[in-house]
Amino acid sequence: MEIDFNVPAHIVGIDLGTTNSLVAFMDLTGPRIVPGADGDKLVPSVVSVQPDGEIVVGNPARELLLTQPERTVYSVKRLMGRGLQDVQDELKLYPFHIAPGSESVIHLQLGDRTYTPPEISACVLRQLKQNAEKYFGAEVPKAVITVPAYFNDAQRQATKDAGRIAGLEVLRLVNEPTAASLAYGLDKRKNGIVAVYDLGGGTFDISILKLQDGIFEVLATNGDTHLGGDDIDNLLLRIALEDVAGEWGQDLSTDNEGVQRLRRAVIHAKERLSFVPATNIELEYRGKKYQREIRRELFDKLITPIVDRTLGPCRRCIQDAGVSVDQIDEVVMVGGSTRIPLVLSAVENLFRVKPHTELNPDEVVALGAAVQAAILSGAVQDKLLLDVTPLSLGIETMGGVVSKLIHRNSTIPASATENFTTGVDGQRNVLIHVVQGERELVKDCRSLARFDLKDIDPMPAGMARIEVRFLIDANGILNVTARDQRTGKEHSVDVKPSYGLTDEQVEKMIQESVEKAEQDFAERQVREARVEADTILTAVEKARRHDAYFELTDDERAAIDKAVNELLLVYHADNLDLILQKIEQLNQATQKLAETMMNTAVRGALKGTKI
Amino acid sequence: MSAAGHCWQCNQSTSGQLFCPACNSLQPPPNDYYALLGLERKLNLNTQALQQRFYELSRRLHPDRFMQRPVEERQYSLDASSILNDAYRTLKDPVKRAQYVLKQAGFDVGEQRSKDVPPELLEEVFELNMALEEMRGGDNSARPQLEQAESNFTRMMTDVDRQLESLFEKYDRSPSRDPLSELRGVLNRRKYIQNLLDEVHAELTPDT
Repeated sequence: MEIDFNVPAHIVGIDLGTTNSLVAFMDLTGPRIVPGADGDKLVPSVVSVQPDGEIVVGNPARELLLTQPERTVYSVKRLMGRGLQDVQDELKLYPFHIAPGSESVIHLQLGDRTYTPPEISACVLRQLKQNAEKYFGAEVPKAVITVPAYFNDAQRQATKDAGRIAGLEVLRLVNEPTAASLAYGLDKRKNGIVAVYDLGGGTFDISILKLQDGIFEVLATNGDTHLGGDDIDNLLLRIALEDVAGEWGQDLSTDNEGVQRLRRAVIHAKERLSFVPATNIELEYRGKKYQREIRRELFDKLITPIVDRTLGPCRRCIQDAGVSVDQIDEVVMVGGSTRIPLVLSAVENLFRVKPHTELNPDEVVALGAAVQAAILSGAVQDKLLLDVTPLSLGIETMGGVVSKLIHRNSTIPASATENFTTGVDGQRNVLIHVVQGERELVKDCRSLARFDLKDIDPMPAGMARIEVRFLIDANGILNVTARDQRTGKEHSVDVKPSYGLTDEQVEKMIQESVEKAEQDFAERQVREARVEADTILTAVEKARRHDAYFELTDDERAAIDKAVNELLLVYHADNLDLILQKIEQLNQATQKLAETMMNTAVRGALKGTKI
Repeated sequence: MSAAGHCWQCNQSTSGQLFCPACNSLQPPPNDYYALLGLERKLNLNTQALQQRFYELSRRLHPDRFMQRPVEERQYSLDASSILNDAYRTLKDPVKRAQYVLKQAGFDVGEQRSKDVPPELLEEVFELNMALEEMRGGDNSARPQLEQAESNFTRMMTDVDRQLESLFEKYDRSPSRDPLSELRGVLNRRKYIQNLLDEVHAELTPDT
């Protein structure tokens, strides 16, 4: 790879994962992960809101999951860009506290405030941004963020919103498997077909790419945005809960802390089983002990249905890519769940090649995102990603039937143009309902948004001619523009997203987070001023016992007393200016005292000095 | 490219180039697949060369290359690469390519209604429908008949494709409306046979 670093840098790559998130950057040696303050490269995607409003992210939040589950949330990526009726299954398995008023946009209750999923994700992103800023000692305003390839428009938009709320300019959303292929540097082989199998914490993606002279052309992608290591955890957890109930005669499932501790124990056992043939699920809780041996044979048998669920999308992807299995030269494994031996062997059986596992499957997506960041900055010019849209885009026509405009697996950016007219004399607006999915009927597809073409000049039915352009950009996000064919003027389009935040709502959240940051800053300044006040007050108290104090006039001593009292009066007020002003007043009043003391000290010092 | 043929940025003549020869700024792209790819309007295309051209232009036009450029160029790059991707997708497939050329020449290439049976196929379609009906009713004895129909229609498809080829050549030698209107007829017939084949195939192999 040729890297030119004579270009503005500090665009980071972020893997915003269901379970863990990472931030990476590119330097002359290649892409690298930025460690957090605790030295850990993985930042658990867990957020906790403390009673005083302080937001805790990552490993410390993961600990709070045990003791403060009601103000702590994990796996929020599962809710991104989704509606309440979409997540009913999730709600049975995850302790999400849905707040009232979540009909159009989900709100989670954390302590006494509610947060939308993009706001929670923004907390994780803000933490990663801070980690990078601390590491570089410079501001990090821009980022590339990865998303599952199979994410729909609303899920992508929600991720982009999260970036904006976190104060990041999201230069690009990149599909996780595609990013991973960049990290693997597979272009060393000049030409070939590569499959990327990405089984993460909550999502599964399969992408098939064609590599040619530095161009990474995605031929097809498929997946399941609700399939991952979490499903294995839930399965084991359910069994362990039953087991515990049998042994202890106690149902742990209603005990938040107990469930979280047991979840941790099964995850631990699951992870060990990738390396040893047998291990124990162990829990010590409130004086009771649970221990159960689990062997890999049983584990494999239990998770076979989950692993099998990944194979259907793989087969469809191969078919859509228009290649046969034996044309696939390499398979790359991505995501922590690909450490599981059964997953490895299932993939090897299907593709009939030994999969690549050289890179850490937890890090490879973030590393690839850093490479894409370097492509966007201009530092890397010999590589180019050509990605596809995972789902077909269509509009609702008569009788609730979908008319497809852009087919799935089309290279993005992709566009389609349609002409619309009015059906009734004098009609002033036309409503366009845009959906995503492969099915024939609107009710079986995913509603994206309703676009309202407004202010059409009144004229007889069928006379208006409005050309609407649907464009899926390089992020996989839909943009709609409309033009009046008669006047050639841009036509206004009013967008109502079906699931997700309007632009105004995002703006408001950005505003709030800026205000919050300003408030935090102001509070810190007040605290610092109080520390300064403490220092000077202590010094004055000490000086009162000094000879120099008795050399002052009565007026001078009265002025000091007055200044001290006035400073003490404002000390607890949250008024920075007032505190600083009174500190300054005390400084002035004690100036002569300080000088006299200084002179005495100098005289003393000189006396003691041996020349 | 731009209407006046002058660069939006430096106002020099662009001589119809995508990138201004004077300041190298990207110009508003042409909305025609052949023009954007810089290809002659031929129905026969070397798909290998087409792919090379696609990759070459992708490298120059993709939005990734314009992140540090002015907002106008970022927009032109988005427009240009979306047209380029649509162009490659359309032109690499001979049938879609032919439909595109027809449409650009003003022919109506709307969806063929499945009820309009080409007269020369009437008898065969009638028999096929009977057999399909029997199969759907659970009568497996219609299977050999369906298999026969499948091979008949596959043979017809080969014929149609051969016809397409010769019409492509005819048009490329002398681009005019005559071969195009002939082409439209053949494409409709092809579409019709394709639908029949899909139907038979779905009935014979219900799992896929």
